[in-house]
Parts: sequence; C-alpha cells; structure tokens
Amino acid sequence: MAGKMKATEEQLAYAKILDIGMKLGLLMLIITFIIYLLGILSPHIPVDDLPKYWGLSVHKYLEHTGIHPGWAWLSMIGRGDFLNFIGIAFLAGVTVVCYIAIFPIFIRKKDSVYTILALLEVLVLVLAASGILRAGGH
Amino acid sequence: MRWRPEKSYLSPQTDKFLLLVLLSLFFLIVFTALVFGAEVEPLKQASSQTPWWVWPLVLFVVTFLLGIVAVLGGVGGGVLFVPIVGGFFPFHLDFVRGAGLLVALSGALAAGPGLLKKGMADLRLALPIALIASSCAIVGAMVGLALPTNIVQTALGITILGIVLIMLMAKKSEYPEVKKADALSTALGIHGIYHEASTGDDIPWKIHRTPQGLATFILVGFMAGMFGLGAGWANVPVLNLMMGAPLKVSVATSKFLLSITDTSAAWIYINNGAVLPMVVAPSIIGIMLGSIVGVRILAKTKPAAIRYIVIFMLLFAGSRALLKGLGIWK
Repeated sequence: MAGKMKATEEQLAYAKILDIGMKLGLLMLIITFIIYLLGILSPHIPVDDLPKYWGLSVHKYLEHTGIHPGWAWLSMIGRGDFLNFIGIAFLAGVTVVCYIAIFPIFIRKKDSVYTILALLEVLVLVLAASGILRAGGH
Repeated sequence: MRWRPEKSYLSPQTDKFLLLVLLSLFFLIVFTALVFGAEVEPLKQASSQTPWWVWPLVLFVVTFLLGIVAVLGGVGGGVLFVPIVGGFFPFHLDFVRGAGLLVALSGALAAGPGLLKKGMADLRLALPIALIASSCAIVGAMVGLALPTNIVQTALGITILGIVLIMLMAKKSEYPEVKKADALSTALGIHGIYHEASTGDDIPWKIHRTPQGLATFILVGFMAGMFGLGAGWANVPVLNLMMGAPLKVSVATSKFLLSITDTSAAWIYINNGAVLPMVVAPSIIGIMLGSIVGVRILAKTKPAAIRYIVIFMLLFAGSRALLKGLGIWK
C-alpha cells in the first residue's frame, strides 16, 4: 500500500527485545509470586503480618522491619517475598537493554544525534538503577 | 487516497465492551470500599477481620480492568492506579506510588512492542522526549518521597483534576492541523505516516512547537516521578495538543514513552525501599494482562472514544485523591 507506515530498523529491534524482555519478566514475576504465595520459601515478613506494615510510610517500614534500601535485596532473595524483586528488577531493566541494542544501529546509520541521545539515556537509567540516589524520609 | 476527519462514534461491540469494563471497575471499587473499608491500624493488634489475601486479590482484578482502560486512554494506568488504590486500599501512599510506577511501566512494556511494530508509536518522536522526562522523573521521585503524604495526596488530586479540565476544554484533535514542521523536528527527522485502520487511510503527520513541547516535558517528568503516576496523563495532551501529532500517534507514543520515563523513577522507589511485593506483583500481573487485551482493541476504536474514557476515569480518581488529601473523604 503506497505510503503505508513502515517501522524503522531500530524501532523493530527495540520492539523485539522489549517483547522478549516483557514476557520473560512477567514469567519470572508470576513464578516467584507463586513461590511466595505458596510459602515455599519463608518470607522476611510473614504474610499474616503484612497488614501491620503496608500502612506505614516507607521510612517507618524500613525502620520496623530492618530492611536495608538499595541493592541490599540481593542478599535476601532466599526469602519468598524478596525473590519477587528478581522479576521486578528485570522488568525495570529491560529498557536499558533495548537502548543498548539500538545504539549500534544508530552508529551504523551515522545518526549522530540519536546515537548521543541513546547513550545519554542509558547513563540516566543506569544512574537511577545504581542506588546512589537516596531520598530523605518524611 | 484523500482522508478527512470523520464524525466520531463507537462501534456497538466496542461500546458495550467498554461500558462493561467501566461499570465493573466502578462497582468493584465501591463494593470493596463499603465491605472492607475498615481502616487498618499499623503495628497495633490486628483488629480488622479482613483476611490479608483479600486486598491483593481485589488489587489484581482492579488492575486488570485498569490495564484495558489505560491502553485505550494512553495514560499508563499509573494515573488511575495511584489515586484509586491510594484512596480505597489500606496501603500507604509511598508503596502505592512505587507500585504505580511499576504498574505503569509494566503496562507500557506489554503494549510497547505491538505499538512500535505497527508504526503507531514513533521512536524518533519518543527518544528526545524520553531523555528529558526520565531525567526529571528521577528528581521528582526523590522530592516526592521526601514530602509529607498529605501534601503529595492533595497535589496529586489537583494535578489530575487540572488535566481533566484541559482535556474537557480542548477542541477535537484527532488530526491536528500542522501547517509547517518546525526547524527542530525537521532536524531530528520527526515525522511519519501511519495507517488508520478504522478508516483505511494513510495519514502523514509532522509536528511543530517542538522546543516548547520538550520544555514542557521537564515538568511532566518531574510530576510523574513525584506522584508515581507514570506520565501518560500529560504525554498525550502535550504530543497532541501542543506539538500537533495525531491523536492515535500521540496515544501510542505516549504509551511507549512510559516504559522509559517510568523506568528511571521506578528505580528510585525500588532503591529507597518503597516497593512491597504483595502490592506490586498482583498489580503488575493484572495490568499487564489487561494491557495485552487493550492493545488488541486500540486499533479498532475511534479516537474520540479514547478521550471520553480517560476523562471519566481521571475525574473520578482525581476527586478522590484531593478530598482524601484534604482530610474530607477519608
């Protein structure tokens, strides 16, 4: 059809990785959540105690549960509740992978502006994920 | 083939389905609030008779319905999720916002591939905007986590109601008239053609006011991070009304944009501990499943229908958030 929109090479590459990443992340989340619900791995916070904590501010929640912020959850993935962070972190990280994938396409096309845009975005996302940035409590 | 804007109407099947979704959502929320609305006192002896699993189950169903509606409205679900869950569920707003960003992100991840492949979402349009919005979303998230809850809740309500006003007052903009692309969008190569499935037309598009639009996304990104809303509530009006992108391109690109903007803000909430798996997991699963259904419907709906759905949901959600923040409707 004349004039029909065709997605660009980088658009298709981004979409493909996004699709795979989304499905993998969702699958991980479903599996780990089932493990959590079934109690196969003991959670850090017993499910019956959750109502005591989910009404607290995050500051008080961390204080009362002894949970450390940042990437400390990695040391707790043996717990049923924190195992879910694997899927959560994967879903939050898919976009970074997509950007890295389209980066060489922009370079090959000599699209310098979008090469720089993609690089800057990767840096922003990595900074956000690094755990360096902490918010004050209220 | 020449095209011209058609008088917008809903197909009978889509009309009934959308009405069913909205009514189901409304009655589910009201029922839950009435039956299980006892306030949970944190860290005291559990006096609530509500089993712990009820809330996650209701959350799953609500977010599934939100996922369908959110795709159609291009608002990512977070803008509906945060005030609705924050208003009617016992979870603290910190966790609701963290979950809201992840919910909006997940909905965008589910819808993004299809929208990109169909050419409805435009990568070249999205990338410059995403860089600005995602950077500012980080700042917004940090500020939002530092502010007192009632201030955030009140500001959230005002923001959402403000968006409703803008959308109600805006003229029809399914195919905005853009006489000439501006220099920046021309330099960035931001333009395209998309195939409108409902009419069979190929619609060329270009944008204008690109510098103004990009500047606006500074504020959009900041507020998205602060309120945990995602950013679709502002992406669509700015892309469509300010920059002149066709409504469906705006909605689709907005949905895709959310996957980038919300990623940066979500990481701030994750790394500051504001993520509770029992809230996040059922919400993400529900909205991702709903979003998949929503994408299948999007190509077959008329543009005007999308706007009516968004307006209705935002009005409801915003009113609740404002009144709760002011302590009027607890």
